[in-house]
Amino acid sequence: MVEEKHEKYYVPDQSIWPIIGAVALFLIAVGAGNFVIETTRDKSGYGFYTLMAGFALLLIMLTGWFKNQIDESMSGLYSAQLGRSYRQGMVWFIFSEVMFFAAFFGALFYARTISIPWLGGASNNASTNEVLWNGFEATWPLLITPADAITTGEASTKAMPWTGLPLINTAILLASSVTLHYAHVGLEKVKRTQLMVLLGATIVLGCIFVFLQVQEYVHAYVDLGLKLDSGVYGNTFFLLTGFHGMHVTLGTIILMVLFGRCWKGHFTPKDHFAFQAGSWYWHFVDVVWVMLFFFVYIL
Amino acid sequence: MSTETLNDAHDSPDGHDAHHEHHIPKGILRWLFTTNHKDIGTLYLWFAFIMFLIGGAMAMVIRAELFQPGLQIVDPHFFNQMTTVHGLIMVFGAVMPAFTGLANWMIPMMIGAPDMALPRMNNWSFYILPFAFIILLSSLFMDGGGPAFGWTFYAPLSTQYSGDSTALFVFSVHIMGISSIMGAINVVVTILNMRAPGMTYMKMPLFVWTWLITAFLLIAVMPVLAGAVTMVLTDKFFGTSFFDAAGGGDPVMFQHIFWFFGHPEVYIMILPAFGIISAIVPTFSRKRLFGYASMVYATASIALLSFIVWAHHMFTTGMPVAAEMFFMFATMLISVPTGVKVFNWVATMWRGSLTFEVPMMFAIAFIVLFTIGGLSGLMLAIIPADFQYHDTYFVVAHFHYVLVTGALFSIMAAVYYWLPKWTGKMFDITLAKWHFWCSLISVNVLFFPMHFVGLAGMPRRIPDYALQFADFNKWISIGGFAFGLSQLIFLALIIKACRKIGEPVSDQVWEGAEGLEWEIPSPAPYHTFSTPPLIK
Ligand code: HEM
Ligand SMILES: [Cu+2]
Repeated sequence: MVEEKHEKYYVPDQSIWPIIGAVALFLIAVGAGNFVIETTRDKSGYGFYTLMAGFALLLIMLTGWFKNQIDESMSGLYSAQLGRSYRQGMVWFIFSEVMFFAAFFGALFYARTISIPWLGGASNNASTNEVLWNGFEATWPLLITPADAITTGEASTKAMPWTGLPLINTAILLASSVTLHYAHVGLEKVKRTQLMVLLGATIVLGCIFVFLQVQEYVHAYVDLGLKLDSGVYGNTFFLLTGFHGMHVTLGTIILMVLFGRCWKGHFTPKDHFAFQAGSWYWHFVDVVWVMLFFFVYIL
Repeated sequence: MSTETLNDAHDSPDGHDAHHEHHIPKGILRWLFTTNHKDIGTLYLWFAFIMFLIGGAMAMVIRAELFQPGLQIVDPHFFNQMTTVHGLIMVFGAVMPAFTGLANWMIPMMIGAPDMALPRMNNWSFYILPFAFIILLSSLFMDGGGPAFGWTFYAPLSTQYSGDSTALFVFSVHIMGISSIMGAINVVVTILNMRAPGMTYMKMPLFVWTWLITAFLLIAVMPVLAGAVTMVLTDKFFGTSFFDAAGGGDPVMFQHIFWFFGHPEVYIMILPAFGIISAIVPTFSRKRLFGYASMVYATASIALLSFIVWAHHMFTTGMPVAAEMFFMFATMLISVPTGVKVFNWVATMWRGSLTFEVPMMFAIAFIVLFTIGGLSGLMLAIIPADFQYHDTYFVVAHFHYVLVTGALFSIMAAVYYWLPKWTGKMFDITLAKWHFWCSLISVNVLFFPMHFVGLAGMPRRIPDYALQFADFNKWISIGGFAFGLSQLIFLALIIKACRKIGEPVSDQVWEGAEGLEWEIPSPAPYHTFSTPPLIK
């Protein structure tokens, strides 16, 4: 303990990457804002290009920053203390991601247990139902929205079953957590083949998951009529699974980078923060899916 | 545990050796690429100050319009943009960055660390902010104007009755959030991981403690804000109906999500202030802080309770009575730990050998005036009373007492307290006293009458008002202009201090000051604690 404390602190020199990252986020924010306005309002403008420029710059920044980081790490500049800082930083980052998903889960729970029953007349809302949304009945999945109830009276969408693709996807993601775990074990026990094969398998599983998720979206839009704007059922379905899907995509990319680094032998059984962080991220994404599968699909 | 064997941090394998210590990069690039906690702290503080002046200018527009009843200077839509952007700027652009700046400067020095744990990310967190505010401010010039739905951006104001610039508002809040989260992660990791040997948790200065807990709150709730703006975006542009009953959603759901973020957010803006006051009061009382441990526990319980009181902002939305009661009692419960703190500060001063240097003047003003804000908060927490006060100037009076004479005064107290350590020179005390007295008097002329007009029923966020409120509003506006002008004294003082004009100060600066930051030279060298000190 005392020994560790007495290690040298590593204070990095000046770096150009952070401010480039700030410019990238600026372009992304301006671009995304204008792109949203332009596509939904049928205007022309440079939103899309600004957004893409932002992403490109972000990519350059991340590459540069990570390269810098990897070089420093490989030349042994880092101390155990810095390793702890990174690990803790990653844990807190994942906690912030948990809270981000919590906002959308919160919306889902609120809609299911409060707003929909109340619109259906529960609690002291009988007259709201009678006067404003006559004929609306509280159900979940919400197929006939209050607006449908007072206009056509018919469902504008069908429900997404949990059997089929979602179930397969659950199995895939759960399996991928297991393969990644044993890849990690392989890394720690210096079993290179085990590491490479299982890490590769995890990446393949991640890709299959994303591919199937896209299939499911096509199925939802084309066959079921379940769309982003199909009332709160569609809203929560697409935002929750959509943000999750983005996280899986990002996680898969991270795993690919890790694959490259394992290939080059960057990690030692003791010192592999990047691998550890990537694997935590993957397990987190997996847990989110289990929650999703439960609350969005099954219940 | 001895420290003799410690090496110099810069004596590192990459060839940078000890002479590096004395080498400070020059010119603009120093500031753009910096990884130094003191530089970044300075950047945060200047940014916050500039935002404070811009947000302040907007407040002047608001007060000019409200000087007389009737519509005279700006049109109502522009008035709404001013109240909205004033609020957003003061919360996210002035108070929060100022506290982050203080954290950057002081936390490493207080815990004996050479820098923040993640210095490059620190630079990134800072530089996102100016960009975020460029986006927010420039949205004011777009077709249909900028955000005009209040800093709380309630649906359906923000989803159905807002301009298209809402998209830019949403993304600027997103990147502000990214900046805050990274800043907060940095603070937590620094505190958990970079303390000098022997600096146990219960030996940490309270500013460090309060910031640790603040950073936890930030990491927990900024993502929820991100979720809220995202749903506003999709509701407005992509046809979702989270906040629209027609699709099974509910506008009140917006308020729940927003205030789940919003209430902890107000504590994010006050906990570091508690830390600052807990540092200043003992120094000028020449006594140790009364009840250190109880301060720590009080801070932690305020933070935990702040997660279960959010609906006190929503008493008039027609929640079930059981829920209203729950939130009322939980809210009142929060004033217990808050009261503990006020008690401890007063008890610290009790029989101390008090002197009234400028930081102490601000600290005492804080204690008195923040307590007024706390008491009006308690009044607002009473459901039936709130039915009358809600959305009136009484609420405006409440939150300006806690935020201006609370958070902002604590920031000024902190600047006066640590400025000599930063520059090595004593600031201009005459100017500082002018700043203090002008601010103290004008701020009360500005905010105290708001209680009365609020109780009499004057609604907030309206550019016009009934005749009977005219006299009070005239005085409120006069107080407002005076308070605005007083801050120019502060600006002059800071510029003078940055040009290093003034008497040199000792390392300890203030006679009763204790703590690691007072043991290093004044001005604090560019790199401090390259080798950790030993705390006994
Ligand atoms: C004793 C502790 C406190 C209590 C009991 C309390 C209670 C309340 C209540 C009930 C409201 C809602 C009023 C309404 O809209 O009808 C409110 C509003 C507000 N409070 Fe407090 N409060 C306390 C401390 C604080 C502190 C320390 C801060 C910030 C530093 C703060 C900032 C605010 C803000 C910004 C609003 C208004 C938000 C808005 O509607 O724009 N309060 N407070
Ligand atoms: Cu509150």
